[in-house]
Amino acid sequence: MAVVRVLEKLGIEVEVPLAQTCCGQPAYNAGFHGDARVVARHTLDVLGATTGPIVIPSGSCGDMVIHQYEVLFHDEPAYLEKAHAVSQRSREFSQFLREILDNTDIGAKVAAKVAYHPSCHLLRGLGVRGAPTEMLRGVQGVELAEAKDQDECCGFGGLFSVKNPEISGDMMGRKLANVEASGADRLVSCDLGCLMHLGGGLNRRGSKIKVQHLAQVLDEGLSK
Amino acid sequence: MSAAPDAPLPPFAERARAAVKNEKLHIALGRATDALGSRRSTALGSLPNSDLVRDVARKAKMDMLHDLAGHLERFEERLKANGVHVHWAENSAQLNQIVVDIGRKNGVKRIVKGKSMASEETHLNVALEGAGMTVVETDLGEYIVQLAKDRPSHIILPIIHMTREEIGKVMHEQIHVPYSDDTQTLAGYARVRLREEFLRADMGITGTNFGVVENGTLCIVTNEGNGRMSSTMPRVHVMIMGMERIVPTMHDLDLALKLLARSATGQKLTVYTTMFRGPRRPDDEDGPQELHVVLLDNGRANLLGGENAEILGCIRCGACLNACPVYKSIGGHAYGDTYPGPIGSILTPELRGKGEWKDLPGASSLCGACRDVCPVRLDIPRMLLVLRNEGNKEKPAQLELRLGMKVFRTIASRPGLYKTAAALGRFGLRLLSKNGWVKWAPGLAGGWTQVRDLKAPAKKTFQQLFRERKAKA
Repeated sequence: MAVVRVLEKLGIEVEVPLAQTCCGQPAYNAGFHGDARVVARHTLDVLGATTGPIVIPSGSCGDMVIHQYEVLFHDEPAYLEKAHAVSQRSREFSQFLREILDNTDIGAKVAAKVAYHPSCHLLRGLGVRGAPTEMLRGVQGVELAEAKDQDECCGFGGLFSVKNPEISGDMMGRKLANVEASGADRLVSCDLGCLMHLGGGLNRRGSKIKVQHLAQVLDEGLSK
Repeated sequence: MSAAPDAPLPPFAERARAAVKNEKLHIALGRATDALGSRRSTALGSLPNSDLVRDVARKAKMDMLHDLAGHLERFEERLKANGVHVHWAENSAQLNQIVVDIGRKNGVKRIVKGKSMASEETHLNVALEGAGMTVVETDLGEYIVQLAKDRPSHIILPIIHMTREEIGKVMHEQIHVPYSDDTQTLAGYARVRLREEFLRADMGITGTNFGVVENGTLCIVTNEGNGRMSSTMPRVHVMIMGMERIVPTMHDLDLALKLLARSATGQKLTVYTTMFRGPRRPDDEDGPQELHVVLLDNGRANLLGGENAEILGCIRCGACLNACPVYKSIGGHAYGDTYPGPIGSILTPELRGKGEWKDLPGASSLCGACRDVCPVRLDIPRMLLVLRNEGNKEKPAQLELRLGMKVFRTIASRPGLYKTAAALGRFGLRLLSKNGWVKWAPGLAGGWTQVRDLKAPAKKTFQQLFRERKAKA
């Protein structure tokens, strides 16, 4: 609910279509493009029926909706058109905030040392590099920790994490060791997959580092 | 002796598991890829308008691929006019036979060989040795690979997987020099041995970094000078090249060389950049009496016009390997064939079978680091996705996954069903959880809990909370 609360605090009316399900990325990335199309058509029908900007609080879902739908429907004109229209209206959460805000200080206060993990689909897929850290710098009391190889993948990768657990676990191990060495007490990202994976890894290691979505930090900082 | 080709390969998952556990490999890889990655970005930073240079180099390659046949025809004409013998090999067996025949015709006994990935593809050394010829690899890394009866694990750093202690041991055992772990000493040993080989060899075999269509220039880059020695000292020189390794003009070659050295090793230019257009002329002081070029197809032509044709634009710099977090975790051998890393995950299935090799494109988190560093901006993640889909068509995925996808597709396109299924899923996960965490799960989900925990789902879904909030407001 953090995303909703932050957006509403900023005076934005939020609607969530009840018929929304999943964007279809799990099937698409696993090489089941036929199955992915069925799910993607549904999502495009639902999102296409709305008006106004579409805010997606997760980088990889964002990349799917903003970039991959147009690849998936390259040979299906009706849905290609819908995909294009929806893509134009869609923004990832941090990207959206940076577009509507002149000042990244929205009055949030949190005392924490934060390591930011730029998820691959947000950073290299959508090309969003600065927005999340700019928002974090706008929070009073937040100190950003510099983790080594910050841009390197955490090893989530959707089904990859389940089908190749050894490789995924090894990549996660490198990432978490770097985050721990940075002295951070929180690990913040803008992608639910990475957060679920890294949070699960930290718990397995018995670490005290707290895992949060950017919206949760802002929400926490605004509610004080 | 060379490593035997096509020895039965354990499944990818096993190879990957073993590699992940290999701590020595991780130390060797970590050091090398870190250093290379940072040198690369510094070197590219020193190239004025590097983004533009990359765009132009890419465009030249892509335009060339639209009419590869036409370019190759003109290239062959130029080569012949320059006095070069041109051969075409459709597959590995043909290439090996062509080179063996050239050797036999010239009474060749000893061969020095520069680095050639295409010849690794065809296991050329095994064929030459089978025909009674002695082959010595002269690239320092390849020389050690040969001594160790190993295979290269990186396209430009063949022994990236070995520590210098291991190399010292191999040299001590194989060429009976005193053990050392000092890199200068080890290189010195090789230098002395290889010098003898260059002087004794009847034939030199090298790879080809670039062929230039407009005038038939052939270009080899090395940092050790071994390519130049192999190509100029023996009386016969054979160049092996994948048939896509051409650029239209000398200007394109200039751009490609600028990008290759910077992307591969972080150098502005490789130490030796050798270009020649033909065999020794009457008034030349050195050079081979005969120069042969063997162009290898081996499945490349099948890619033309297809969705992944752009992979033929690869200039073999290896930057994608150094940037790849999966490569850092498993090294090159686990990929199981000639080309490791992201580029191998595309080339191997494309050249050798999309169904049989589908585990390679599957073993990627699609992080895109490879696409970022590729000097000619190959969209590797896009091609991996194409191969995942094609791979499933050629060799169906495990039943569990296929059924899973059908179920996913059915419920994720029907909101009512989705709600029910999600409720069931939450219920199941909460049953499995203890103190808010799931530490063990059955079936495919067991892959998750093998290396990390799973947070138990919240009692209420986001949609429920959102509706309650709306109702209150």
